[in-house]
Amino acid sequence: MSTFRLESAAFDADALRNELKDHGCGGYVCFEGWVRDHNEGRQVTRLEYEAFAPLALSEGEKIIAEARVRFGVQRALCVHRTGALDLSEIAVWVGVAAPHRDEAFRACRYIIDEIKHRLPIWKKEYYASGDSGWVNCERCAQTPHAHGHDHDHDHAVGAALD
Amino acid sequence: MSAPLFGLVLTGGHSKRMQRDKATLEYAGLSQLARAVALLEPLVERCFVSTRPDQQSDAQRTAYPCIVDQLPGIGPIGGIHAALHAHPHAAWLVLACDLPFLDAATLQQLIAAREPQRVATAFRSSFDGKPEPLCAIYEPASSAAIDAWIASGNRCPRSFLAQGEAMLLTLHNPRALDNVNTALEYQQARDLVAGGTSATSAGTSAIGASRPAPRRLQVQYFAILREQAGRSEETLDSSAPDAQGLYEELRGSRQLRLRPEQLRVAINDQFAEWSQTLNAGDRIAFLPPVAGG
Repeated sequence: MSTFRLESAAFDADALRNELKDHGCGGYVCFEGWVRDHNEGRQVTRLEYEAFAPLALSEGEKIIAEARVRFGVQRALCVHRTGALDLSEIAVWVGVAAPHRDEAFRACRYIIDEIKHRLPIWKKEYYASGDSGWVNCERCAQTPHAHGHDHDHDHAVGAALD
Repeated sequence: MSAPLFGLVLTGGHSKRMQRDKATLEYAGLSQLARAVALLEPLVERCFVSTRPDQQSDAQRTAYPCIVDQLPGIGPIGGIHAALHAHPHAAWLVLACDLPFLDAATLQQLIAAREPQRVATAFRSSFDGKPEPLCAIYEPASSAAIDAWIASGNRCPRSFLAQGEAMLLTLHNPRALDNVNTALEYQQARDLVAGGTSATSAGTSAIGASRPAPRRLQVQYFAILREQAGRSEETLDSSAPDAQGLYEELRGSRQLRLRPEQLRVAINDQFAEWSQTLNAGDRIAFLPPVAGG
């Protein structure tokens, strides 16, 4: 079963968690990124994600494999949404199961950080004011030399269990 | 009877983003200043170089007849102002020196379409449709209008042309006026020019003679680039040697407003280098800044 997936519709997070169950694992860490109602001072009403699927899938699998080797975790899985999302929907889900909690926390953090930076996935925000914009792209288009800094605006909260 | 046409090459900019004097940047062994003069000189009665007061002892500039800014510190409009006052009976073909893709055919198009009864004749930008003030002809009648424009606190020559009665043309070569503001853009432009035609040739492209024969390529656009291009993919025949050359070709014709250093490129579904050679049948994807998670 693939360790990184794209889903075009809402998915069942409990089912994903069950996929990771393993008698050898005592720690499970999960991160869910949720659609938040604001970003950079603007009121967001919904999002759209667009992915370059073949490359996102291969790069996503690569990130999971890196995390498993690096932190020695037993199982890891990541699912990223595409298409239209409403507020509070899960945009990205990362689950990691390991013998002990420390490597599970660290691997989970590694996966979500790498996912955000490396996958060819784009986010369009729709604002309460009626307009919309591609995150990390619009200001670059206007001020082409202001790029290069890392906009890491999480619209997510983490849920971790151990 | 139209006014005689003089040429003015603007060199006064501070090159903050390049962090070196733009006039001395070289393409195919010629400084930008020398390239611009070489392009302009055959097409005008007299040709001058515009300088700031503090550049009057600069040997690269004083090799040519110079016109010194009378109102320094207000940007390129100060150079245009000085020329219109130095020779009030002439019309001025004004050129920025940092246009490495400019070709003689583009200047000939401008001169052929000149309308002397208007204040100016200029091109529309192939990126945003606004007037391009630094490859344009300013008629003697523009002098008083520019004086008034400056006196009322305005500095932007682009806005001056946009509010006035300028004749605006569509570029036959949409890339001719792309300029170069960063060291990376300079490197990219230099690579393109080096393989190609010289500054003084009448060709319509600065892109090289050593290009492969056109072959069929598939191009994919995502997110903001998809919206700018108005399509998610296309099949085309191109002789661009690599992904960088292909993007440069498409930027103008597809209205792509992201710069290559903002993007990554993928070839056949794998991340690739911009310099990777393209082969027939390749599928090239231009990837805007990502925002997953």
